[in-house]
Amino acid sequence: MSALKKYLDKIKPAFQKDGKFHAFQSVFDGFETFMFVPNTTAKARGAHIHDAIDSKRIMSFVVIALIPCLLFGMFNVGYQHYLATGIATPDLVDSFIYGFLAVLPKVVVSYVVGLGIEFTVAQWKKEEIQEGFLVSGMLIPLIVPINCPLWIIALATAFAVIFAKEVFGGTGMNIFNVALVTRAFLFFAYPSMMSGDKVWVNGNYIDSIIGVRGVVDGQAYDAVTMATPLGELAAGDAVSASAMDTITGLIPGSIGETSVIAIAIGAIILLWSGVASWKTMLSVFVGGALVAYLFKDNVTDNFQWWEHLTVGGFCFGAVFMATDPVTSARTECGKYIYGFLIGAIAILIRVLNPGYPEGMMLAILLMNVFAPLIDYCVVQSNINKRIKRAAK
Amino acid sequence: MCDLIVEDVRVPICYLCETINLLLILNMAKVIKLRKGLNINLKGKAEAKVIAIDASDVYGLVPDAFVGVKPKLVAKEGDVVKAGDALFVDKLHPEVKFVSPVSGKVTSVERGDRRKILSVQVTADKQQVYADFGKKNVNSLSGEQVKSALLESGLFAFFLQRPYAVTANPADAPKAIFVSTFCDMPLAADFEVVLKGNEADFQTGIDALAKIAKVHLGVKPSASSALANAKNAVVTVFDGKCPAGNVGVQINNVSPVNKGEVVWTLGAEEVIFIGRLFNTGKVDLTRTIAVAGSEIKAPAYVKALVGQQISSIVKGNIATDKKVRLIDGNPLTGLKVCETAFLGAHSTEITAIPEGDEADEAFGWIMPRFNQFSTSRTYCSWLMGNKEYSLDARVKGGERHMIMSGEYDSVFPMDIYPEQLVKSIIAGDIEKMEALGIYEVAPEDFAVCEFVDSSKLELQRIVREGLDMLRKENE
Repeated sequence: MSALKKYLDKIKPAFQKDGKFHAFQSVFDGFETFMFVPNTTAKARGAHIHDAIDSKRIMSFVVIALIPCLLFGMFNVGYQHYLATGIATPDLVDSFIYGFLAVLPKVVVSYVVGLGIEFTVAQWKKEEIQEGFLVSGMLIPLIVPINCPLWIIALATAFAVIFAKEVFGGTGMNIFNVALVTRAFLFFAYPSMMSGDKVWVNGNYIDSIIGVRGVVDGQAYDAVTMATPLGELAAGDAVSASAMDTITGLIPGSIGETSVIAIAIGAIILLWSGVASWKTMLSVFVGGALVAYLFKDNVTDNFQWWEHLTVGGFCFGAVFMATDPVTSARTECGKYIYGFLIGAIAILIRVLNPGYPEGMMLAILLMNVFAPLIDYCVVQSNINKRIKRAAK
Repeated sequence: MCDLIVEDVRVPICYLCETINLLLILNMAKVIKLRKGLNINLKGKAEAKVIAIDASDVYGLVPDAFVGVKPKLVAKEGDVVKAGDALFVDKLHPEVKFVSPVSGKVTSVERGDRRKILSVQVTADKQQVYADFGKKNVNSLSGEQVKSALLESGLFAFFLQRPYAVTANPADAPKAIFVSTFCDMPLAADFEVVLKGNEADFQTGIDALAKIAKVHLGVKPSASSALANAKNAVVTVFDGKCPAGNVGVQINNVSPVNKGEVVWTLGAEEVIFIGRLFNTGKVDLTRTIAVAGSEIKAPAYVKALVGQQISSIVKGNIATDKKVRLIDGNPLTGLKVCETAFLGAHSTEITAIPEGDEADEAFGWIMPRFNQFSTSRTYCSWLMGNKEYSLDARVKGGERHMIMSGEYDSVFPMDIYPEQLVKSIIAGDIEKMEALGIYEVAPEDFAVCEFVDSSKLELQRIVREGLDMLRKENE
């Protein structure tokens, strides 16, 4: 490692302001801080010692928390594929390999496009590369259906990073959750790629990269059709998946959001390491459960009221999207209100407009808009207390 | 078993004794329990013994240590001064004098950019001569007489005020004077060690302050009798982690400063200076300071004068195997200095930590990093109990916008929203700053927040800029 550090120190002047590669200074700094903790020491005035926690460590742990969802999602893609082609009990390893090959291009595209834009903007602003996209880049592939073409994901990622993040000032300044803006762009611009019956199960992963569906193992299919539980609710049909299936996650859906168990492992990692707020997470479930219970007579066969909490990306949104510290409410009291309203509105959208697939996404985006207002009210009560105290 | 003597309550060594001790204090003092805060356990705490050091040849008074003061020189180079004679005064309030800690000749006035006075240096005589201000019986004096005695002797210069956390203005009528008798910052001096032998002077100082305004004393739960049972003062026990010892935190929990009100604060050792003035007629600025830190070979207490050159304080006591950062003060609120600098007017300790600028730690974002301390459970320090850490001066991350919420609130035991206050300062929103309580805070109250901040913002500098912004606005 010290040899690598010496090498980096040797080539560093080439990347400084007057060096040959000064246009790549941000990239070089990003690489150097990826390999080594920066040696910058504290200024003469101020705290001289600092906690070892930094933005990189926090983002790393969120990505670690997402890995169970990613791995299970890959497995599930393969599992659903083999089920659809008629194999009753698909082989576990085959399923995973199939899913891995199908999902990996999406992850790569998401990171390459997003980080490419971030590096360019960081260099343009002459700042360090910020770590926010490490998490968003992993979230984006997990919330799209498997048959979503890569060029559309690239377009949506570019849109979200530029217009929902960089325009506001970068990581820490955005109002909307970047991964959800990606999904919103996909849903409203390319609805046929995001909903319906044909997008959830992969026929041929190579063809699906360019969006052609039709050939599975030499057999010509028009499309592989399989409905998600929300799709069935929308159509008013009985839900074919059992309650247990919705928890284990062996159902069609967006890549990472089907398995409550995998999401729960991620939630435990996030809560125990202190990166996510339990107040927000708990409130989302409480709000959702309350509204789901109020509308419990409004469901079709084979669907219990509490299954609203296990289908349709509700868990994934509650654990990974609602808890995004930048876009959620920042006061401790505000987090309860914010989380509760997310859960309540998500389920409300879903029951009143049966099976509308984007209830969770829209609820979180709506509450992202209201989070500053919630904080304002909480802080205002403190301000009023101070004014009253001064007047006494 | 512990000895429980009626007049002198010993530091308890078991839970039963602690309860009894607390009850005894409780009979006369209110106990405020503060749940928020963080104790940072650093290596190299000073042992509770006082070791001898040599006097230094040169002593320097640094105007920057007196925040908010525009110095106007009254002593020129070549002047002979006694200990207690004025070296410079406050340009806006010339009655506030800043006096020499030693007698001798003024050898140089160090200036910086734009002729700013960096220090006024006095070469000390072998035999010290003190200016005589006359022994006085505090009980027979009025508030005005006490104040003018303090102004004349230069001890008024040590008073700080809220709002703005600057040197106090003698024209104000403060609603109270707050003294915190303990500092729980890492490696800070323990006032109980300083107080030993000076209890009478301390009480005289309190009596004098009580003539000016109501005196509030903040003590810790294990405080000795001289503090817990001090007369002419309202004693409040603060039971909590750092920064419970910050006077700003204590003011906010006892009697918060409203817009338009003024509160004066004074360091506990400076109360002893006042007592010495009235009891002996002399200005004796001898402090008992802690010399501590992982890079100090024998951490202990020493007797040093305000303005003593730091080289004489740490001579032979600093580790030589690596680059060391010398700090005038504690590692959270102090100033980085070199050995030729002088002990700051308000400083109660000198600390030395490794600089760490050649650490080259690899893959910090995923390695376990057992030697690093963090409040976050993404590291292992939460498993290590009371382990002492040798932290270096690295920032350990790049500066970012605020990302995590709730980081500051968990270590800020005041009824103020720290994150929103800092954001309003960064935005320059003066109305918002006022509304959120900037009149009550000082930069040192944000020191622990700056330590735990994952976005590595320079919070103390930001708060100081905000306070200066508001002070200019209200002038």
